[in-house]
Amino acid sequence: MNENAKTNEKGAIRKALENFGLPRLIITGFLVLLLILAPFVGADLPTQISNIIARFSWNGVLVLAMVPMVHSGCGLNFGLPLGIISGLLGATLSIEFGFTGGLSFFMAILIATPFALILGSLYGWLLNKIKGGEMMIATYVGFSSVSFMCMMWLVLPYKSPNMVWGLAGKGLRTTISLEGYYNQVLANFLKIEIGNLTIPVGTILFFALLALLMWAFLHTKTGTAMTAVGSNPVFASAAGINVDRIRLLSVVMSTWLAAIGILVYEQGFGFVQLYMAPFYMALPAVSAILIGGASVNKATIMNVIIGTILFQGIVTMTPTVMNNMIHMDMSEVIRIIASNGMILYALTRKTEGSR
Amino acid sequence: MNTKKKMNAGEFIRRGSVPMMFILICALCIPIAGLSPTYLANEIVTRMGRNAFLILSLLIPIMAGMGLNFGMTLGAMAGEIGLILASDWQIVGIPGMVLAMIISVPISVLLGLFCGKILNMARGREMITSYIISYFINGVYQLVVLYLMGSIIPIRHSSIKLPRGYGIRNTVSLLNMRQKLDNLIPLTIGGVKIPVMTFIIIALMCLVIIWFRRTKLGQDMRAVGQDMEVARDAGINVERTRILSIIISTVLAGIGMVIYLQNMGNIATYSSHSQIGMFCIAALLVGGASVDKASIGNVFLGVILFHTMFIVAPRAGAYITGDSMIGEYFRVFVSYAVITVALIMYETNKRRARREAGQELVKEQEKEA
Repeated sequence: MNENAKTNEKGAIRKALENFGLPRLIITGFLVLLLILAPFVGADLPTQISNIIARFSWNGVLVLAMVPMVHSGCGLNFGLPLGIISGLLGATLSIEFGFTGGLSFFMAILIATPFALILGSLYGWLLNKIKGGEMMIATYVGFSSVSFMCMMWLVLPYKSPNMVWGLAGKGLRTTISLEGYYNQVLANFLKIEIGNLTIPVGTILFFALLALLMWAFLHTKTGTAMTAVGSNPVFASAAGINVDRIRLLSVVMSTWLAAIGILVYEQGFGFVQLYMAPFYMALPAVSAILIGGASVNKATIMNVIIGTILFQGIVTMTPTVMNNMIHMDMSEVIRIIASNGMILYALTRKTEGSR
Repeated sequence: MNTKKKMNAGEFIRRGSVPMMFILICALCIPIAGLSPTYLANEIVTRMGRNAFLILSLLIPIMAGMGLNFGMTLGAMAGEIGLILASDWQIVGIPGMVLAMIISVPISVLLGLFCGKILNMARGREMITSYIISYFINGVYQLVVLYLMGSIIPIRHSSIKLPRGYGIRNTVSLLNMRQKLDNLIPLTIGGVKIPVMTFIIIALMCLVIIWFRRTKLGQDMRAVGQDMEVARDAGINVERTRILSIIISTVLAGIGMVIYLQNMGNIATYSSHSQIGMFCIAALLVGGASVDKASIGNVFLGVILFHTMFIVAPRAGAYITGDSMIGEYFRVFVSYAVITVALIMYETNKRRARREAGQELVKEQEKEA
């Protein structure tokens, strides 16, 4: 009896390990190792932890944007730049119309929303036409839209002297400072400072609110329908669910969250980055949610939180620890290998229901 | 019979639409750009010699039904490693190039094997996977070139080493190899310099590809590309065939990269390979190829049209808007847009074919009943 329980326990541990996945284990182990090493190589642990928390708060919403499309079986949203562009349009127009301070952040969200809805609907309509090839086409829709907007940033008649090139008087700059606009507007709300440890409570609360809404949505009737469409579209359609409509909704949600996500990122970072900057923003978000335990067709809010902390933890910790230890900054290479390795791992898993 | 002919006409329009559009863009931009015909011809001929071999490397995976091989970047990296080592050993001219190719082959084979194995695990989403593999291996490449070269792999010459003692500089000069292959048989017709030897090699490669299609392996690949299950029932080792197609493509890309870089005359160590996959794929698609069908003709038409656009777009853009950056962004946008449209057309065609097959099945069953 006792032995039986023991083998059961062993089996359970093995199963848990299998669910957790080897690459995830390595990454978690690596981060723990970095955290342990940090004090020994002379890095200030509270500062490091504040950095991780700050970066988590900047990126959380962008990673959250992955969830709806994964749920509806559209796969990982490599087309995130499309949503980011809606956000950038909101940001630049809000500044152009002369809003300042906290109001400019609110207005940026408000202006970005219609763009996200329109672009998201078009994008969703397209993805419904090409079921099965979503991820590759999403990648290239993202790339095309970014390079198209590169032209637009130059051509559109922006006038605000804080945004256009000083000499020519037209064409937006590559980076626009948010000083005087919504720089740190969420982060400074209810900010906690204990010695070297800083926690941007406002940003985290904002993320928590969106995450809570997402969680609640997934438990509504439409939300369960979305999960049903993702796990078995044939069955869902037989049950009377309009598969295409649900998929479209998930894409629009994802695009809108990406637009909000980039605005939150900017308020933490302090700058709006235009032109080629949104180009590679999808990959970190994709690998973050995968590191958190999601797969191509399954993702939870918990995956988002854990994944963002682990990914951003590695991004912030490796440069400092590595630099102090071996005087060699290999962080960039490690980040590339770890994040893309994680995406590869997820793509090669056999996943039923989604292609 | 009649319906079949009509479908062919539709098919022709669909396949021809992208090249037609590009001919239109080029026809509009060439007069606006105001470049002299000799300059334009020179540029196009040079770029054809530079890129054609690389684009040819894409044909074989398409034949085997694995789509556009975004993993050709792996071969390009192998070629770069070969050139870095050859130039460190101070082997110059043609022998240096040959040596670089020889070094690149085993690396390409290993990388191709890795890529093929992974693609077999990710069946049905080969393209996105090969795309991510190219990023992943780019990380490994940086690890090797930026940290291991000079510290573990001996690099003697300080001209290509970073001042800190290990790692390779951002640009490696290939002055000793520069256009050695192109100028081996000098020929100039009407002010247009023609890289005869490079063209001979490209022509040979085309012949090899035509021959390869007729071999047992080539036939197997086509069978696998048509229908994996049928091919397996016919006794073809599907996995092996698919891996081989990727290995061949990677090796060819490595050799193609050496040819490409000898024409450029220097290696941008950390960025030469990153865009090469995209530009080659875009050029092939502009030539009228699709994800599941590509011919040698597509390669050459594609090189000419795509690179004409590439040369004239910035000048035309500068003339129209007064800002040269617009043209630069325009050509990048066009490259991505072409790939996007081709992918969309491929997926919709695939769905239509599946639906038609389904309807025919229903008809047959009704007949039987």
